[in-house]
Amino acid sequence: MTDATLTQTGREPRSAGALIGRRLLRWGLYALLCLFALYYLLPLFVMLTTSLKSLEEIRTGSLVALPREVTFDAWGKAWSGACTGIQCEGLRPFFWNSVMMAVPGVLLSTLIGALNGYIFAQWRFRGANLFFAFLLFGCFIPFQVVLLPMARMLGIFGLAGTIPGLIFVHTIYGLGFTTLFFRNYYVTIPHELVRAAKIDGAGFFRIFWSIFLPLSLPIAVVTIIWQFTQIWNDFLFGVSFSSAGSQPITVALNNIVNSTTGVKEYNVDMAAAIIAGLPTLFVYIVAGKYFIRGLTAGSVKG
Amino acid sequence: MTDWLSRHVPKIVLAPTFVAVLLFVYGFIAWTAWVSLTRSKLMPRYEIDGLIQYERLFASPRWDTALTNLFIFGALFIGISMILGLMLAIFLDQKIRIEGALRTIYLYPMALSMIVTGTAWKWILNPGLGIQAMVQGWGFENFTFDWLINPEMALYAIVMAAVWQASGFVMALFLAGLRSVDGEIIKAAQVDGIPTWRVYTAIIIPSMAPIFLSAFIVLAHLAIKSFDLVIALTGGGPGYATDLPATYMYAMAFSRGDLGQAASSAMIMMLVVFTIVVPYLYSELRAKND
Amino acid sequence: MTKMTAFAALSAFALTAGSAFAEPKAEVLHWWTSGGEAKAVAVLQQEFAQRGGTWTDMPVAGGGGDAAMSALRARVLSGNAPTAVQLKGPAIQEWYEEGVLADISDVAEEQHWADVLPARIADHMKCDGHWCAAPVNVHRVNWVWANKAILDANGIEMPKTWDEFNAAAEKLKAAGITPLAHGGQAWQDATVFETVVLGLGGPEFYHKALVELDQDALKSDTMKAVFDEMRTLRGYVDDNFSGRDWNLATAMVMNGEAAFQIMGDWAKGEFLAAGKTPGTDFVCAPTPGDAGFLYNVDSFAMFKVDGAGKQEGQKILAELIVGPSFQETFNLNKGSIPVRTDVSLDKFDDCAKMSAADMKADGENGSLMPSYAHGMALRGAQAGAITDVVTAHFNSDMSSEEAVQQLATAVANSM
Repeated sequence: MTDATLTQTGREPRSAGALIGRRLLRWGLYALLCLFALYYLLPLFVMLTTSLKSLEEIRTGSLVALPREVTFDAWGKAWSGACTGIQCEGLRPFFWNSVMMAVPGVLLSTLIGALNGYIFAQWRFRGANLFFAFLLFGCFIPFQVVLLPMARMLGIFGLAGTIPGLIFVHTIYGLGFTTLFFRNYYVTIPHELVRAAKIDGAGFFRIFWSIFLPLSLPIAVVTIIWQFTQIWNDFLFGVSFSSAGSQPITVALNNIVNSTTGVKEYNVDMAAAIIAGLPTLFVYIVAGKYFIRGLTAGSVKG
Repeated sequence: MTDWLSRHVPKIVLAPTFVAVLLFVYGFIAWTAWVSLTRSKLMPRYEIDGLIQYERLFASPRWDTALTNLFIFGALFIGISMILGLMLAIFLDQKIRIEGALRTIYLYPMALSMIVTGTAWKWILNPGLGIQAMVQGWGFENFTFDWLINPEMALYAIVMAAVWQASGFVMALFLAGLRSVDGEIIKAAQVDGIPTWRVYTAIIIPSMAPIFLSAFIVLAHLAIKSFDLVIALTGGGPGYATDLPATYMYAMAFSRGDLGQAASSAMIMMLVVFTIVVPYLYSELRAKND
Repeated sequence: MTKMTAFAALSAFALTAGSAFAEPKAEVLHWWTSGGEAKAVAVLQQEFAQRGGTWTDMPVAGGGGDAAMSALRARVLSGNAPTAVQLKGPAIQEWYEEGVLADISDVAEEQHWADVLPARIADHMKCDGHWCAAPVNVHRVNWVWANKAILDANGIEMPKTWDEFNAAAEKLKAAGITPLAHGGQAWQDATVFETVVLGLGGPEFYHKALVELDQDALKSDTMKAVFDEMRTLRGYVDDNFSGRDWNLATAMVMNGEAAFQIMGDWAKGEFLAAGKTPGTDFVCAPTPGDAGFLYNVDSFAMFKVDGAGKQEGQKILAELIVGPSFQETFNLNKGSIPVRTDVSLDKFDDCAKMSAADMKADGENGSLMPSYAHGMALRGAQAGAITDVVTAHFNSDMSSEEAVQQLATAVANSM
């Protein structure tokens, strides 16, 4: 399959025929990538079209057809009018709770993860690998198991039902992954770099700050994407460790979407889901830019 | 003194993580192990009552299905996501002009809560509403695609949606890896006249071994914890044909008030993970060490 | 209405005068979040506010309360229990056994709950002889909903026995109409199952099998016949039923794609929301069988909390929940019927009136039965074990003999 992509730059094309062949390969490559894009876009298409229909049309028409009449009512309702309990103010009041939880959570866990990863990759000590393995295995603890003892702990710390409590939990259970990502990225950076810097008299933090951090853009992007997604979309912790007033947006989304014996408004559900996902999408687009920067900075790859 | 300090800085920086993991991961696992030996119902109780929960667990046909499903689902999900993610990353790394847009398209499924995307998938995969109805509508009357409602195939429908959700992130991981590979090596290889595909298979991909480890851990973690997806897509059905250990455990712990049983299923689940992940970790970390 | 608010104001005055300065407070954990439900709870909040109380809303929807229950456990363990929690059936007694429920007997006795609630339902609200929960409404589970136009066109009467139902279904099938709209989710399978148990076995058998969990009843020939009927019903469902939400099944009946649906009276809300009228567009009738009423009662349990304000809040809430004005407004919004037998039903529709009349009659005949599928009859572990077998049987080609065997084993294993 990789044969289709033999278009790496570097060699001069030898003849006109080779040039045409290359161009064909390139078209094939684009076609394939776009085909996959369709697979990824299909559910979004269904969600978007549904969110633009009236409930009447959903009830009577095909669920996956284009809307006969486009209406944005569902979007307005999802943002500021849908009932999430006895208050019917949509997702809006919960949005800031999520931001206040996700931003510190992501920054803290990413920063600690970067430092941890840097140590595991470049400052080995006896038992470091064993500890790393323990840390990794910890990633597999099912969160349902964590729920009850953690609730007890938060109660003891006085963090029960608060946003700092949620930040704390997300940071703890994010560390395994953030450390893993950075460690496995830094491990590919030659040890000679650290050795040379040490000889020049640079210390632990100095080397991290001026050598490793500037190299970290692509992996920082990946880590932030991962952590932001995990924290923003988390429901289980959000619903268990919050109380009225600190509930994150996923709890509100769930309350809009998941009613057992009430009337279901699919258009509002879909609009609400897309709205709740917008901040994550925003992060992907903004953070995604730095992938390219990693490429063009030249220091990493020519 | 400063010498001592500078020598031990790495350990001091790691210390908080160490304490947190010890307490909040291994402490809690120990707690679960304890509860799995009790007859806890609605809330945890601490009087040990032997292995009764494990006996009940293995007597349950539903747990049997759940555990088997985990192996099938896990293998397919991890395998397909890895291959697809790597492939997309390599393709995207060919100086594609619309890379930014495509990358976002591949990634976005992660952004949306499965509570709702599950509904969209349910409609798409439902034979009467989605793909099957559409293709039949085009005139291919014999076309069938009824995985979701077929107890034998429903698990594969879940794999499809799960791959859709996670493969974009794996792609991003690999892409980051590809971009950390030293460009000089590639150039040197090309100057020597080695064809590009050989450059990938012989130089680039092997140098990304640690990234494979990351991808594997992420995917295995997602496979084991797949919960929202199953609940939204099939609710474990038809029957309990698509039940997974995570959904089993959740049902026991929170809707059935059978905490002891949930704890025992969690312990078995972690044991399974342990036997699969630990050898892999061991070989990976060992190889890197030398 | 003005009389009512005047009364509320007066009692609010009396109350604040009586109970020193503790402002009544309540944090209420519930899973009523969709439009009609939310409106219905909002009525309670308003009445609470009129009595000077501050209501903090803690809604958690999903899985028929599963998500709320996991939140509740976390809250209780962190020493931060909500004031009032939507709980129902034996779960109330389970929580009581954990020692976390408060006693509200003084309110109940002051308000004479014992006189206005059906005895069967009142029992669910008591823990060790004292009152620990306040009932909100009664949903009847064993309803058949039908599309009137289809029935008329095919000359079908509402079936009174399961044989009649099968005959009608065969006729509809021949006419190219899906006889039974059903969603293949475990709880929906269980809902159909319990109505068949009630219909074929009668109330006494239902009680033996699904309340007492009598092994002989579970292994009996009647139970085999129930599974046979489930297999027959499976044939009346369209191919794409797996995982379908119940409301989409209701929509099939509304749109004339299917004739019948077996579902509790929350389905009525869907019909009404779509502008359909009972009697002309759709018909409601008890599921086939001689007698019996399967109830699903929502209620609020009061948790032990500190602080005079919260405790005062609990008392007021309990009083309001069972109070006639809330009972009427709430149930009009929710599609259920009041749990009090002395509330006027003038504003309710015909289905609700039939439900109330049946509840009274069945209460007197001893055929008022708790719904197992909706968590009224059994504790979670046992109900879940039964549901596992029911849904596995319905979605495979398991024989009735094997299903009965598995049922007995699963129930024994769940103890």
